[in-house]
Amino acid sequence: MAANANIMPSRAAQPYDVERIRRDFPILSREVHGRKLVYLDSAASSQRPQQVIDAVDRYEKYSHANVHRGVHALSQEATEAFEGARDRTRRFINARSTKEIIFTRGTTEGINLVAQSWARSRLGEGDEILITALEHHANIVPWQLVCEQVGATLKVAPIDKRGELIFDRFEAQLSSRTKLVAAAHVSNALGTILPIKRIIDVAHKHGALALVDGAQAIPHAKVDVQALDADFYTFSAHKLYGPTGIGVLYGRQALLDAMPPWQGGGDMIRSVTFEKSTWNDLPWKFEAGTPNMSGAVGLAAAMDYVDSLGLDAIAAHEHALLEYATAELKKIPGIEIIGTAALKAAVISFTMTGIHPHDIGTILDAEGVAIRTGHHCAMPVMDFFEVPATARASFACYTTRGEVDKLVAALIKVREVFG
Amino acid sequence: MELKDLYRDVILDHNKRPRNFGQIEQPDARADGHNPLCGDRLTLSIKLDGDKIEDIRFEGKGCAISTASASLMTEAIKGKDRAAVDELFHKVHTLLTEQSAVPSPELGKLAALSGVREFPARVKCASLCWHTLNAALEQSDATAPVTISTE
Repeated sequence: MAANANIMPSRAAQPYDVERIRRDFPILSREVHGRKLVYLDSAASSQRPQQVIDAVDRYEKYSHANVHRGVHALSQEATEAFEGARDRTRRFINARSTKEIIFTRGTTEGINLVAQSWARSRLGEGDEILITALEHHANIVPWQLVCEQVGATLKVAPIDKRGELIFDRFEAQLSSRTKLVAAAHVSNALGTILPIKRIIDVAHKHGALALVDGAQAIPHAKVDVQALDADFYTFSAHKLYGPTGIGVLYGRQALLDAMPPWQGGGDMIRSVTFEKSTWNDLPWKFEAGTPNMSGAVGLAAAMDYVDSLGLDAIAAHEHALLEYATAELKKIPGIEIIGTAALKAAVISFTMTGIHPHDIGTILDAEGVAIRTGHHCAMPVMDFFEVPATARASFACYTTRGEVDKLVAALIKVREVFG
Repeated sequence: MELKDLYRDVILDHNKRPRNFGQIEQPDARADGHNPLCGDRLTLSIKLDGDKIEDIRFEGKGCAISTASASLMTEAIKGKDRAAVDELFHKVHTLLTEQSAVPSPELGKLAALSGVREFPARVKCASLCWHTLNAALEQSDATAPVTISTE
């Protein structure tokens, strides 16, 4: 585990058997429009291995009941499975305690939770929240909402033409007014890996807390929240080969303890009268209502799966693909890669002269190649690069060089169609 | 699903050389259309002669389908009155959404859009200009320009 939790590839000890890994993912053997699926949209949502599908299936078939409630056997089994998944998550990101692991619907909900619980109760006029110019809408809009509610100000640190944070200018925007820095660990639209440890450290130096949007980082790097010294770190299961509708908010226990609940309901209370209610302990204080138990089970299975491959090995495999694909795409006339940071995760955003990304996406789809086209929920990033949209290919543990070749062949076909 | 059905020569031609591209100074009607999904944006400006579309121009950035559809639309509706435009709108809508629709002869070159319905994700690209046209005409009496969105 890298102590600084940077997403640097390192050579895997074992040879990486991508064909064996592919056999774990049933969907990868299907066809699309009569052609073998080439799935290059894992940054939007990764596919699930049989191990995850089976774990969810077993839970649904044999162990489901409501958690934290019944004295009967099934309720206890379900509670053990759910709380077991919490401990699995704690180990995966090296949190100190399961009290620091809040299950959410996903990254977006994790950020909204911090905005509406922590920021809304703490911030006021004159306070500032600092984000970066490459954030996903999920790390922009919740802060806009809370700033409007409390009168705080949202500041944005700029990026350069390569899609890298201009660190000096970021640091210059920090002051005693800055109460929170919220930054992506990896940009979804550009693939840029941010110097997140440095970002957290300078935030702390100025007395600000740091929240990390880890949605795009978690499948590509070993994340150690203690080594990072993050105050909040949030991610989604479905980008980590797990189910949709479940994610995690890690929060430092002392912060979570002091924060008010953000949703009221069952499970998050200790006692309720019509006059006053008191709150449950962490982490349940932040989990109102019946949670997503099968999702948590699937998430835990996904973490087991990823650890069985080794995140370092996955990162090395993806990095080799990224380098190969970048070199191959550069050979195609008229392709411009958007986002050329020195450190990138397995994402290539690009445009083709005279051809709208949406047309690229349709023609690739007809060839069985699934990529994302559009603004990637990062409209300010599109504005910065003065493009309405980009095409984006993203790679995962199961992506092959042969699939990159098919992408390249399909892109040449795009050029042919448009003449 | 055949790519050639979507990217017909007429479509590719109108994408490459859009007709009636630009803006009319001091238009009688104007509207902005936006498809947030793909970032398509277009602005229509219209000169009216009573009930008739005397002139229409469009401007914006979009995919081949949205650009060609807007270009074809401007050609098709120039000189037509509102009733005829409404009828054409209805026919285009049917063409884009109903699998069995046979292009009616009045559609002329607009029939080239019939391949779009095989690509459900692209129907909004083709219909954006028509929805924007509707908004422009409906609001042509109002003072403020309008923005419509197909999301």
